[in-house]
Amino acid sequence: MRLGANTWIGGGLFAVALAVAVTAPWIALTDPVMDANLLNAELPPSMEFPFGTDAQGRDIYSRVVYGAQISLTVGVVSQIANSIIGVTLGLTAGYWGGWWDDFVNGLTNVMLAIPSLIFALAIMAILGPGLVSLLIALGLTNWSYSCRIARAQALSLKSQGYVQAARILGYGPFRIMFTQLLPNMLGPIIVIATLGMGGTILAEAALSFLGLGIRPPFPSWGSMLSDARETIAIAPWVSIFPGLAIFLTVLGLNLLGDGLRDIFDPQATTRRA
Amino acid sequence: MAEQLLSLDDLAVQFKVGSMLAGGIKTLKAVDGVTLDVKPGECLGLVGESGCGKSTLALAIMGLVLPTRGRIHVGGQQISGDKPPDRMEMARTVQMVFQDPYASLNPRQTVRRTLADPLRLHGVGDKAEVEARVIDLMAKVGLRPEHADRYPHEFSGGQRQRIGIARALILKPKLVICDEPVSALDVSIRAQIINLLLELKDEMGLAYIMISHDLGVVEHVSDRVAVMYLGRIVEQGGWQEIFEDPRHPYTRALIAAIPDPFHRAAATVAGAKAKGEIASALNPPPGCHFNPRCPLKADLCTVETPLLGTVAPGHLAACHFRDRII
Repeated sequence: MRLGANTWIGGGLFAVALAVAVTAPWIALTDPVMDANLLNAELPPSMEFPFGTDAQGRDIYSRVVYGAQISLTVGVVSQIANSIIGVTLGLTAGYWGGWWDDFVNGLTNVMLAIPSLIFALAIMAILGPGLVSLLIALGLTNWSYSCRIARAQALSLKSQGYVQAARILGYGPFRIMFTQLLPNMLGPIIVIATLGMGGTILAEAALSFLGLGIRPPFPSWGSMLSDARETIAIAPWVSIFPGLAIFLTVLGLNLLGDGLRDIFDPQATTRRA
Repeated sequence: MAEQLLSLDDLAVQFKVGSMLAGGIKTLKAVDGVTLDVKPGECLGLVGESGCGKSTLALAIMGLVLPTRGRIHVGGQQISGDKPPDRMEMARTVQMVFQDPYASLNPRQTVRRTLADPLRLHGVGDKAEVEARVIDLMAKVGLRPEHADRYPHEFSGGQRQRIGIARALILKPKLVICDEPVSALDVSIRAQIINLLLELKDEMGLAYIMISHDLGVVEHVSDRVAVMYLGRIVEQGGWQEIFEDPRHPYTRALIAAIPDPFHRAAATVAGAKAKGEIASALNPPPGCHFNPRCPLKADLCTVETPLLGTVAPGHLAACHFRDRII
């Protein structure tokens, strides 16, 4: 199997982000919350502070490094929740059909019609800010694409001979879904999950930017951008580095998703000049 | 009556098609009053062109489609419209070999899993026994033990069909429905698979229903043959009677359509070839369904539906002129 450039670059960027998040306590230079020193406020990048300092004099490099923990936790965990919800609903709807299919279809259409960020905002407003609320809000609002894909796959796979054979052998519906359908639809589902992860990281940044995500002073890329708003003209490094972190991580995930799509679905012709 | 493994009693399966808005709901009589028996160890050939209801009949026998009317007795179980079968019990009685060896194997399961999972599901708990039965059956269908951990894409079409046959036999069923088991295979492999099926039949005491439109295959393997047309059995009997003394014009037409270098009697009947296409099962012609295509058509045929009548013991034909010797 030949991996394309997309997969390598995207996977590399995502791997770096993951490595940074995991090793944050060792590679950070200072404590991201406690080491505020107003004497060092808004210093440009230097040897001592590689990414400069913010309005409270905290090292931006250390805060970006710790911010990776929050962004990736939210991205990965809530996307896993989305995938589980979407695949469960889509798989059962596609396999069983009937009123359950109609119900799931209706629900998916409703979810697609509501802007998911607004929906997440509403959930956050009820639950209040915090990491757990973020996971819940983003984990419940972005499952419609996984659901669509899983349903379409289940519909096309269930007429395959091996699914019929499994029924004839006495397999129950759940055993068929788990052993016959699910393993054969993992490819497209992983692709959608990878692309969706970029989306949830962006949504986390947006919610934190709006003040509904991670509460200051804990570092999240979104809340760092929010803090940097006022000083963007005089101290651009305060917003550039967390912005760059979001940009590179989401770009990596999107490239990885595209690359995986090419691997799992060789029939889909890529239109690139 | 001898002990029957399978007996169908006036079996009918109907589907509702269409919608209230577009042209109204119509009833499609896929299987329309079929009465049929299969004895243990017997091979029944089921012949008919596409759309005549063979596959629906197979699904009904396996309990995947419930009959609209009539009853199915299979291995001690009775299935009727209001009494669905016990699936696990059915699985140990009736199994199926599929036409397309490429679509009928799960691409993500090794041969070992394909064969071992059903055993565990049916309560064969002992690891050594599962393993022994898998390897033993693989040997019987001509696969080597080292094939067990390979995936379907590593096999050729013929080998895949061997895996499909092994899967059908792993629960030691009594009846195996073979739905065009060789028509997707290379001509050079067909004979191998047919001979394998015949060997396994003797070795394991199986009964087959061999669904095919290839009369050459049916003639080679069947003890008895039933010919189906638009949901009804139009003729049934021992294979020699069917091939040497066919009484229904449709059977004659089918036999006449075999490329025949040996000039069998039936094939030389003038005008025996059927005209036109099979009629739609949604709107079958009145009387005998075959009448628009029949060389023997008379006024009676459009009015009265011919019933299966005895030509000779065990040889039945549903034609008003079954006794007219041509």
